[in-house]
Amino acid sequence: MAAYNELDVVGQNKARQKRLRVLAEIGCILLFILFMLPFFIVLMNSMRTNAEIINSAVGMPENARNLIDNIVAVWNNPTFNFLQALRDSVIITVLSLAVISVCSAMTAWVLVRNKTKWSTFLFMMFVAAMVIPFQVVMFPLITWFKSLGDFLHIPLLRSHGGLVFAYLGFGESMTIFIFHGFVKNIPLEIEEAADIDGCTRAGTFFRIVLPLLQPVFVTVLVLNGLWIWNDYLLPLLLLGSNGDVRTIPLAVQGFIGSFVKQWNLIMVSTLLAMLPIIILYIFAQKYIVQGMVEGAVK
Amino acid sequence: MEKQKFFSGRRERKLTEALFLVPTVLAFIMVIIIPFIIGIYYSFTDWDGVNAAKSVVGIANYKNIFTEPAFLHAFLVTVKFTLFNVIAVNIVAFLMALLVTSQVKGRNLYRAGFFVPNLIGGIVLGSIWQFIFSSILPAVGKALGWAGLSASLITNANTVVGAMVTVNTWQYAGYIMMIYVASIQGISQQVMEAASVDGATYWVRVRKILIPLMANSFTISLFLTLTTSFKMYDVNLALTNGGPVAMFMGKPVQASELLALNIYNTAFKYSKMAEGQAKAVVFFVVLVVVSLIQVSINKSKEVEM
Repeated sequence: MAAYNELDVVGQNKARQKRLRVLAEIGCILLFILFMLPFFIVLMNSMRTNAEIINSAVGMPENARNLIDNIVAVWNNPTFNFLQALRDSVIITVLSLAVISVCSAMTAWVLVRNKTKWSTFLFMMFVAAMVIPFQVVMFPLITWFKSLGDFLHIPLLRSHGGLVFAYLGFGESMTIFIFHGFVKNIPLEIEEAADIDGCTRAGTFFRIVLPLLQPVFVTVLVLNGLWIWNDYLLPLLLLGSNGDVRTIPLAVQGFIGSFVKQWNLIMVSTLLAMLPIIILYIFAQKYIVQGMVEGAVK
Repeated sequence: MEKQKFFSGRRERKLTEALFLVPTVLAFIMVIIIPFIIGIYYSFTDWDGVNAAKSVVGIANYKNIFTEPAFLHAFLVTVKFTLFNVIAVNIVAFLMALLVTSQVKGRNLYRAGFFVPNLIGGIVLGSIWQFIFSSILPAVGKALGWAGLSASLITNANTVVGAMVTVNTWQYAGYIMMIYVASIQGISQQVMEAASVDGATYWVRVRKILIPLMANSFTISLFLTLTTSFKMYDVNLALTNGGPVAMFMGKPVQASELLALNIYNTAFKYSKMAEGQAKAVVFFVVLVVVSLIQVSINKSKEVEM
């Protein structure tokens, strides 16, 4: 009797489990559709004419060939100037990533290997600075960069260089913090061996330590890369909305502001703006997700 | 000979290490420290943004902003948005994490898909959702005869915060989901299976085993969503730009203007640089308090372990 009951419970559990699984499958599919729907809307409306959208906002494109016409219209639009914005975004992101990663790794390494009052103080300063929101420094930053640039005769505003330097300042605190935690676990013996073999201090860092930091580079590059690529406010303030140097978010915002709601063209502009990062995601999905998660947990 | 080499080696070492600190320390001073100090000082002056600060006015700017309906309203709306957003993002993210760590087919595709909105900048996705809220949803509402959807949700002061929470949840939940997924995968499957053999139903297992073991990632995610929601700017700008108008303390204010947007507009739209700076200092103080709370929670956890 008892055994029979137990079997019954197992059977019930099985049925229950199956029901749960079907529910999970349905839930996943529905959520997935919901999450992808905005992208589908962008694509569909990129294929429609403005008249079609005004006539009825919800509807399938009458002629998918309109996509090409729309892309050409947006591509050739002087306000949008996608190619130039793409180029500037790539230059700024790549340069900033290189500078932030290498300089922060150098600093973190020196701070870990020198246990003095000064190194502790400096590290505490970097950590404390992570709390400072951009808003509290952004207004003085513009006037300060202007006077500093005038004084040094280096254009810090409306230039790639000034923006990259600012990204170093804003990105380094968190990056040093992440590297710091990792460098601590590199055994000192490896560096001592290099030292004895006659390696210079710089050589020890660039040949021995830097290659060992590879796993953290994923985190650092992804976290900083997504932030810089998508950032709007800092480029707006340092480059201006109609300067010679313009990133993609600036171009999109400028393009939208210059139109009387031509939704089909706006959708194409967002489509073009999203494309580079989506393509990157398709190839480097594992690293991007890993980098984002580890950056948060650290 | 040997000794000299050793000596020069030590000097070389000190010099290299000092040089290694130069770029970050220089950028830190130029980009953070100096503007920060100037900023605090300017908040006590009548700085207009064009000329250097003229005269110290004491706490006049602070007095003004704390009696200004637009600022107080922005503060309250930000708190409201943050509260709803933290709850919505984390609940959706947790449920999605449960779904994609179960045995469903194609779970890797779902994981990748839910994460995609997080890759896209706030300006771009704010514009996309502006189209959805202002054109698509009203059209759907009219076609189905739903009065609630027939008018745009982002031009209605009562629904606009909900609309922003929706957009932000869509953008951010996939990221938080990944943090929960990593945490769930760190929990031994044996524990879950043992409980299952003992007859614990799925929900009992989630409540009694999964959630307590995930406490750490809940704290991380809660504070992460809390600070990002509080600092929200670009989605706010691209989706609603603060609109529509609402009445607060007998004055017209922007119904969906969050703090970061209010700070920006104070300085550049209304040309009150010093007051904008004072607001930014208040903004900073609030974030410091939040961080201190977070640090103390993490400290107390370390003691427990």
